[in-house]
Amino acid sequence: MASLGIDVLFKGTNFLRLLQGLWVSIEISLISVILSIVLGLVIGMLMTIHNPLLKAVLKVYLETVRIMPQMVLLFIVYFGTTRVFGWDMSAESSAIFVFTFWGTAEMGDLVRGSIKSIPNIQFESAFALGMDKVQTYIYIILPQTVRRLIPLSINLITRMIKTTSLVMMIGIVEVLKVAQQIIEANRKVSPNAAFGVFAVVFLLYFIVCWPISRLAVYLEKRWA
Amino acid sequence: MSELLKVTHLYKEFGTNVVLKDLNLSVNKGEVVVIIGPSGCGKSTFLRCLNGLEEIQSGVITVDGLPVEAGKRDITKLRQKIGMVFQSYELFPHKTVLENCILAPIKVQKREKDDAVKEALELLDKVGLADKKDYYPRQLSGGQKQRVAIVRALLMHPEILLFDEVTAALDPEMVHEVLETMLALAKAGSTMIIVTHEMSFAEAVADRIIFLDKGEIVEETDNVFGFFEQPKTERAKKFLKTFSYEK
Amino acid sequence: MNTDILIEYLPLYKDALFLTLRIGWQGIFLAFVIGLIGSAILHFKIPVLKSIVGVHIELFRNTPLLVQLFFIYFALPKVGIQVTAETCGKLGLGLLGGAYMIETFRSGLEAIPTIQTESALSLGMNDFQTLWHVILPQAVSISVPGLLANVIFLLKETSVFSTISLMDLMFTAKDLIGMYAKTIECLFLLVVFYLIMLLPISIIGAIVERRMRYGQFGD
Repeated sequence: MASLGIDVLFKGTNFLRLLQGLWVSIEISLISVILSIVLGLVIGMLMTIHNPLLKAVLKVYLETVRIMPQMVLLFIVYFGTTRVFGWDMSAESSAIFVFTFWGTAEMGDLVRGSIKSIPNIQFESAFALGMDKVQTYIYIILPQTVRRLIPLSINLITRMIKTTSLVMMIGIVEVLKVAQQIIEANRKVSPNAAFGVFAVVFLLYFIVCWPISRLAVYLEKRWA
Repeated sequence: MSELLKVTHLYKEFGTNVVLKDLNLSVNKGEVVVIIGPSGCGKSTFLRCLNGLEEIQSGVITVDGLPVEAGKRDITKLRQKIGMVFQSYELFPHKTVLENCILAPIKVQKREKDDAVKEALELLDKVGLADKKDYYPRQLSGGQKQRVAIVRALLMHPEILLFDEVTAALDPEMVHEVLETMLALAKAGSTMIIVTHEMSFAEAVADRIIFLDKGEIVEETDNVFGFFEQPKTERAKKFLKTFSYEK
Repeated sequence: MNTDILIEYLPLYKDALFLTLRIGWQGIFLAFVIGLIGSAILHFKIPVLKSIVGVHIELFRNTPLLVQLFFIYFALPKVGIQVTAETCGKLGLGLLGGAYMIETFRSGLEAIPTIQTESALSLGMNDFQTLWHVILPQAVSISVPGLLANVIFLLKETSVFSTISLMDLMFTAKDLIGMYAKTIECLFLLVVFYLIMLLPISIIGAIVERRMRYGQFGD
């Protein structure tokens, strides 16, 4: 199937460049996920506090993230901040900022959900055994919460990786952009390269995301 | 008396776990058979086999001359002859009491709606629930739900009724109303096979007692009173003792 | 912010919104149909088809819509399958959304305990009557919140349509920013139009979810 462009990938450093492009997406995802998990834990615990003002603020934050497409947020940060504040944010830091902003809300909601899903009687039976609030959290509640949270946070990683494909829209050279460049450079010699190259990009994303989501499913079943 | 149900050499296993081994039973029309035994003895599985809800490994079950075989096409015809009431009622939550009762008669037996409604209301009235006909199952108590489930089964005019620990999930004060309903059915001549843990009810309703343990019939007798006074086998003695307390 | 510019750009955004909605709803409808058929296939464990549905779910849930669209729009023509940008958008959204809808409907079906099926069977109903009168009505009402969440998710995903040169809201915003550099106005309208599209569904979703949680049939 030489005419379908697989050969193009083995010319020179093309395949390596493609992998480097993929790494750019993964790197942005990993940094954003780590930041999101840490900040999400804090936000999630804040969400369980009964304070009307705090609740309202966090609700608006969560709903904003839920409704606005990540691409819109990306545009606002990348184009908007330069314009309004005169900041010169790089595309990479804009992306990490937006994905963390989004991921923190998602993670926070997961944390809130996990804490809320622990039945009240678990708190009560711990108190009945004479434990104080801190002991109850450390020995009883958090271990149960973490088990529920780990599969869900792993899921967040795959969602993050898939979402980073958007960064090409603000000019970051990631795997799709590299793919386009390769296709463009070989337009004359291999006019059908688009098929092979995009098929490989499709598979690359699948190869990265699929094992991670299987792991999440496995852990969810095991710890259910 | 004519024989309605016949079970010969019934053998049932889950994987390597033998649940019922070489069970034989014959039930005549109008008879009330009560099956008792410790939990895990296979009594509920036995009822489910009679209705084709479980596949059996060997043996023959016939109801009114027709063989029961799970998964066979004719099983739906056969199930219309066998009514079953479950421990957890299993009313359909998206339908009202009346709709629950008339769904199968209309859709399965293709009866006229007016006719089914009329009969359903009569039966609901008999169990004291006519005023609840437009309620949804969630709005009823457990005892009420179970009485509706009985009416729902009766409306199919089954030849034989199976009761699978129908009071086990009920609060004590609701057990009575359900058992009263079943006693009335027995008096009216229905053929019933009842699995229960209510010993005094078993004594009152049964024409025959079957004591099942570890998948086999240990004791079977028409002398119901005698069984509860003085069971013949050691295993039955031991089982009945678990229901009494000594000071 | 310059209101004259807002008013001048308004019709462009309005056209873009209609385009997004038109493609969006058709894609979502396709996703809905794929979801119903796929979940029925999984429910009845139909051989061969079951495996195809499984592969479809894994492939489309583990790759970004952007990559899926690129593959359909730029790669498939090289093997003789040519579609317009609009069809590509609908197809991409339908295939991606289908993978999510199948899971939603399936978990709805799985939420109905087996003994409900058994009690219907014991009343003499056949498999189809049981599914149609007893299982499906319950499963669908359980699936409604998940369904609405999918609709919101898919409408948000339409924001990548601009990459295959569909003139949606993102395309319009990017285009106008590039040409006239009225960044603030363009971004403001972008947010407003996404709110117009998604806020009503989001509110309906929240109401439905609350009703599902606190009350079921007969409350």
